Amino acid sequence: MACGAGNCQSGCFRDDDHSVVTEKKKLTNGTLSSGSDLDLPNHHNLCLKCKVNETLASSGTVSVDGDIGRFCFDCFRGNLFGKFKLAVTSNAMISPTDNILVAFSGGPSSRVALQFVHEMQHKAQKNFDASRDRSLPVFGVGVAFVDESAVSRIPSDEFDRAIQDMKSIVSNLAPPEKAFHVVPIESVYSSNGRDRLEELLNAVKDVTGKEDLLQHLRMLSLQKNAYENGYTKLLLGSCTSRIACHVISATVKGQGYSLPADIQYVDARWEIPVVLPLRDCLAQELNMLCRLDGLKTMEVLNSPHSGINGLVASFVTLLQEENPSRECTIVRTAGKLTPFHFNQIPESDDSNAHLASRRRQKKFNLKPNESVPPQSYCPICNSPLSKSDHLILSSLGSDQTNADIFGAACCPSCQFQILPKEPASMEHFYSLLPQQFVVQAKDRSSSMQRQLREQIQDFLLSDSEDGT
Amino acid sequence: MGEAEVKPKKAGPVQCSICSQRRAALKRPKTLEQICRECFYAVFEEEIHRVIVDNQLFKPGERIAIGASGGKDSTVLAYVLSELNRRHNYGLDLFLLSVDEGITGYRDDSLETVKRNEIQYGLPLKVVSYKDLYGWTMDEIVKMIGLKNNCTFCGVFRRQALDRGAAMLKVDKLATGHNADDIAETVLLNILRGDIARLSRCTSIITGEDGPIPRCKPFKYTYEKEIVMYAYFKRLDYFSTECIYSPNAYRGFAREFIKDLERIRPRAILDIIRSGEKFRISTSAKMPEQGTCERCGYISSQKWCKACVLLEGLNRGLPKLGIGRTRGLNNGLECDTKQSNGVKNIQSKQCGTLDF
Repeated sequence: MACGAGNCQSGCFRDDDHSVVTEKKKLTNGTLSSGSDLDLPNHHNLCLKCKVNETLASSGTVSVDGDIGRFCFDCFRGNLFGKFKLAVTSNAMISPTDNILVAFSGGPSSRVALQFVHEMQHKAQKNFDASRDRSLPVFGVGVAFVDESAVSRIPSDEFDRAIQDMKSIVSNLAPPEKAFHVVPIESVYSSNGRDRLEELLNAVKDVTGKEDLLQHLRMLSLQKNAYENGYTKLLLGSCTSRIACHVISATVKGQGYSLPADIQYVDARWEIPVVLPLRDCLAQELNMLCRLDGLKTMEVLNSPHSGINGLVASFVTLLQEENPSRECTIVRTAGKLTPFHFNQIPESDDSNAHLASRRRQKKFNLKPNESVPPQSYCPICNSPLSKSDHLILSSLGSDQTNADIFGAACCPSCQFQILPKEPASMEHFYSLLPQQFVVQAKDRSSSMQRQLREQIQDFLLSDSEDGT
Repeated sequence: MGEAEVKPKKAGPVQCSICSQRRAALKRPKTLEQICRECFYAVFEEEIHRVIVDNQLFKPGERIAIGASGGKDSTVLAYVLSELNRRHNYGLDLFLLSVDEGITGYRDDSLETVKRNEIQYGLPLKVVSYKDLYGWTMDEIVKMIGLKNNCTFCGVFRRQALDRGAAMLKVDKLATGHNADDIAETVLLNILRGDIARLSRCTSIITGEDGPIPRCKPFKYTYEKEIVMYAYFKRLDYFSTECIYSPNAYRGFAREFIKDLERIRPRAILDIIRSGEKFRISTSAKMPEQGTCERCGYISSQKWCKACVLLEGLNRGLPKLGIGRTRGLNNGLECDTKQSNGVKNIQSKQCGTLDF
């Protein structure tokens, strides 16, 4: 019920795109009784935006209390797609020559991401077919599902049915055709994956550490799949709600330095850059869209969080119930922390893209991060290490084992919750790690040695390490 | 130091894991080590001494006021600080500074405790009251504004009251009993409420160095549970009831969460503080500029300091003045001259009926 007054500041609804769920104070019941002839909130049941169609609330599909209820279905969907599209274009997420891999968990967020990417691709294809010179190619889209049946307890017939459902969803999202990859999480190992994975996870005693390690392996398997199949970007359906939970849980785990790296639109520290186009959409909205638009989701594959992650999820849910704009506020606050240089799409050789990104930066006031790039990253979770964490690596003696060196290269959070405490267990754990983690750590420690040596090169009297 | 796993029942008496001589009497909340009382006193006091030295909180010859509410934090702070002052020759002149907010049944009882502390620890006491400074007690304020935003009033008034009291005592610094739990709660609270400016300051162990009286928090890394344990074993005299007006404070959400967190992973409290210390704030984020209040001269980032804004509201019968998000300068203070434009953000007012 927009009052229509341009300078009214009492916080009632305005009809602009972003006011729907992001800026809102809850309307109190008293607001309407100031002399207008509207007695009940849904008496006036036309969409807030287009003023033509019936609101979702009055058509009985949505509860009256929600903000979502004040739009009609088309405007609600249009608003969500608008947020998606804005994120994609203003962050240069998808260029015509890209091959996008969409990570699909079966849940509502990634289902919406898949749907919206398909719609973008479909439109690009139509434009391509209709255009005369066919200058702009259409980007490719593939879909990947990480199969964690090796480590979870889902009955296999439920699982197979879910996979079949996914296959049919993907095949229905054509033209253009999309490949569907089922990526077993044990594929991070080149051989004997299932056993090694089980042993690795059993070696982690902390419940939260185990869950987080699994998350890192999930990303590793997606990266591996994307790289091997020629994809250029990895697209996740992470929404505001999930990011809000990550902000709190990273804070709680002492990851305040690296937190900004994980919550931006773009994360290019990976081999295949990761993009988050649904960053501005709430889980509630995405759930609603799946429900209203008949987008099928497979919830059975998503198990609830435990340990710290579970506690944080309940906490954020509680806060969101108390105030529906809490998740947005959390993400907005964390958004004011300085991001890293890799939190934007790296500038390619394509001069067109370069110009376009410059224009974009100017338009949206995005400043490239001027600070020095971090010198190293944790080999397990890939979080950038601050100077003080980095120093510990350089203080090692020469008689340390590879496992010790690896351990020292990890961030404090992984050291505490993932790595075993006993040296013997640590050796065993190190032997179970996927090759990728180990290689990254070795590269890092030798590059550290090299850097140190360069600094003192002029003062060394001998070329060899031990001074002979 | 590990996650709270299910431990088998103790078979018999356990030796202290630090001295191995005496029997363990307690499990240390911060690290879950099983230690004897003497070793607990020793590590507790030693850790605080290290914090004081490593962060250079005090200089020899300084006059230090200890914010004393009569509660466990400030009582233990007064006790430990005077003990360490003696033991390590800090060379400090210590005072107790107490604030009387005028809350019957709560503050008058805790003030009795502080008066006893004055005698027990031999530290001179000064009491400043809201009634004297502002003309209002918290009881009167709550009667007017209810129980929703009363903590805002009390917090703002207390800060100024402490500064005024510290000035009257002519001290160089103010030490408060804020503990690790408090600071962790504040970090979370500032994230939840979008206060990036406070988020960048709230983990500093010394604040207000460019203001009237610098403040420090020697208990920054000390767990609330350990403070309680120390006070309990040492049989220190303190007043242990929650403020009667506090149940609705938003901080309660953060506090509950942290209690649950501590149960799963005790070190998480310190991890939150460390995260807060490592947050890097974009310079493009708007930060408030420091100036002085036009009405009373106190430090302020707006034209009027918050205390003056709130007082104005109380005196004019406008309980919501200064509460809620500021859209412009001082949140409706210029309403007299700008009525036609509509006042910025008076929450309970309905549009179309804004008038004074």
